[in-house]
Amino acid sequence: MNTAVMNPSIGIERSPGLWSLAWKRLMADKIAVFSVIVVILFVLLALASFFGIVAKGWNNETAVNYAPPTWFKDSHKPSADLSGKQPTTSGPALDTGLAKPEFVNDRDPLRDTINELKGQLGQSTGSGAVDEIKIVDPLADVIAELKKKLGRKGDEIGSGETVKKLDSLPFGADKWGRDVLDKVIKGTETSLLVGFAAAIIATLIGTVLGAFAGYFGGKIDDALNWFYSIFSSIPYILLVLAIAAVLNKKGVFTVVLILGLTGWSNIFRVVRAEYLKHKGRDYVRAANAIGASNMRRMFVHIFPNISHVVLVQLSIYVVLFIKSEVILSYLGFGVGVDTVSWGSMLNEAQNELILGYWWQLGAATLFMAVLVTAFSLFTDSLRDALDPKLK
Amino acid sequence: MLAYIVRRLWQIVPTMIGVILLIFFLFNVVGGDPAYLLAGKIANPEQIANIRKQLGIDEPYYVQLWIFFKQVVTFNFGASWSTNEAVSSIFATRLPASLMIGIPLIVIETIIAILIALSVAYVRGSLTDRAVMVTCTVAQSISILVYIIVFQYVLAYKFGWFPVQGWGNGIFENLFKYATLPVLIALAVSLAPNIRLYRTFLLDEMNQDYVRTARAKGLTENRVMLVHVLRNSAIPIITNLMIQLPGLLVGLFLIERFFSIPGIGREVILSVERSDFPVIKAITVYVALATMLANLAADLMYKAVDPRVELK
Repeated sequence: MNTAVMNPSIGIERSPGLWSLAWKRLMADKIAVFSVIVVILFVLLALASFFGIVAKGWNNETAVNYAPPTWFKDSHKPSADLSGKQPTTSGPALDTGLAKPEFVNDRDPLRDTINELKGQLGQSTGSGAVDEIKIVDPLADVIAELKKKLGRKGDEIGSGETVKKLDSLPFGADKWGRDVLDKVIKGTETSLLVGFAAAIIATLIGTVLGAFAGYFGGKIDDALNWFYSIFSSIPYILLVLAIAAVLNKKGVFTVVLILGLTGWSNIFRVVRAEYLKHKGRDYVRAANAIGASNMRRMFVHIFPNISHVVLVQLSIYVVLFIKSEVILSYLGFGVGVDTVSWGSMLNEAQNELILGYWWQLGAATLFMAVLVTAFSLFTDSLRDALDPKLK
Repeated sequence: MLAYIVRRLWQIVPTMIGVILLIFFLFNVVGGDPAYLLAGKIANPEQIANIRKQLGIDEPYYVQLWIFFKQVVTFNFGASWSTNEAVSSIFATRLPASLMIGIPLIVIETIIAILIALSVAYVRGSLTDRAVMVTCTVAQSISILVYIIVFQYVLAYKFGWFPVQGWGNGIFENLFKYATLPVLIALAVSLAPNIRLYRTFLLDEMNQDYVRTARAKGLTENRVMLVHVLRNSAIPIITNLMIQLPGLLVGLFLIERFFSIPGIGREVILSVERSDFPVIKAITVYVALATMLANLAADLMYKAVDPRVELK
């Protein structure tokens, strides 16, 4: 039957379907095209980071701690090459500080005080690095002996650093000297992973439950509606925090689970209303007449006709969940320390800002704002393209 | 009218039972045994058994559920696990601070959002309209955390216009000294989505026939917009407002945390961090109840705004 209608020889042209029309409308919208490109770039970046092509070494100390961002100066090289002075060391490893008493950090607010103290110590005990260490470290003698036994030259042993550190990076470095650009890319991966995975879970739950409630009606509808009313009466963020308290476990998987399991109620309402509208339509009754089962009617016949609604909702969810993940991770209920999130970066940045190190805050804010803006604009355009009646 | 209210209140009961079951399932079944957590690291089995008995979690589930149910009905959740403060007293002492931020916020925000939405809806499609919409989209995309961190740093820490954090005792002191910056930040965060939403509501109405009629009658634009259009958009605006109300209690948790404001939201975070289950349970149950009552209030307000609405 269909083929006869579509046969061009009869002279009836096939009218374009919803999707091709929507695609045309979307492509005619300049903002939409631009935001799609931005989102795709972010997804590619996240994929590259996921497969270890970029930002693999985000957890390495590649630079001096709190190295400032520099874009134009040629200072992405170890300082030794530039000025010939002793390479500065720093970082979380405690022994580096001890092994290299000539610790110089221009951005260290306590530098003057330390120098003064050093001066005083030098007067009272007689100078010399080992003596100086002795005062702080009772094991200094033992370490010095060990160094001799190992038969290497003094300075280079305790530090364990073979890689010279950078003075600056395009986005600067954090407290531990990690590259902020790498971190923010890794954070993109986390955000998109959580956003999409949680959105898909929430959409699946909401769509299936909504389909059952709307299609079958009656007792099933009542029961599911009751279930929905429970979830919708608790403010979303409170429910998320309550479940975070119960699970008391960090990690990407936990976050996805929390957001996915709590977020389904919006889509349930929307899908249920669509199924209510569609179940009495002629094409569904026709499907019934040719003996299609309930499941087939629900998911093969009706679902394609409401899938545009689901798609828009999915897109809204991605934005919502990306924002929620950032807040959860900020509070420390989100991803663990083995991975980066924009939220945990913001948490670190909060304390850095008072010390004047603004770049981690800036990087995380910039990346998140660009991605979320692009995704929101894309969602708006998608909705307009799929439902031209709405304006 | 009264019959309607009674019927609606009666409908809250099954949902409330559902909320109680859900919270019970989460905290008592999934949450597992908090005794180890509370006993500390060097607990002997005797202590743990003692704590279990104290908390009543050595009882079978149906007894625990009954206890929880009684707690909800009698407003008596016992004491917090970490501070031993009575949960009811936590509510009583934390609520004023939350309200002192929440009420000024919602009043100022609604007025500003409606005014801006009216003016951009009126010039829909113009450069102003598009600029405001783009600004809103971008403003919405920046995390609330960034607003708080930056505003607190710049306005309070650098410029010293506001106290960096804290909370006083007097109402006026709190309202005009400590609450100002938090309200300002909350405004910056919540204005953008609401302007967008209200603009859509207003645009829906501006396309209606009665607007053309009103203009044809020769009414001034002010009257058309402020009386005809605004009044007809009141229902969705009220719905949105009432949906936001209960969320205000906990929704400002980040702001309360940053500014050390002793409100309900900060209490939620603290109790999540301390695994203080009674406090979270109590807050969740009562905020859910507040949400349902707010929905009822919204429905009653429809009737007041639009006499055509029939309460069924």
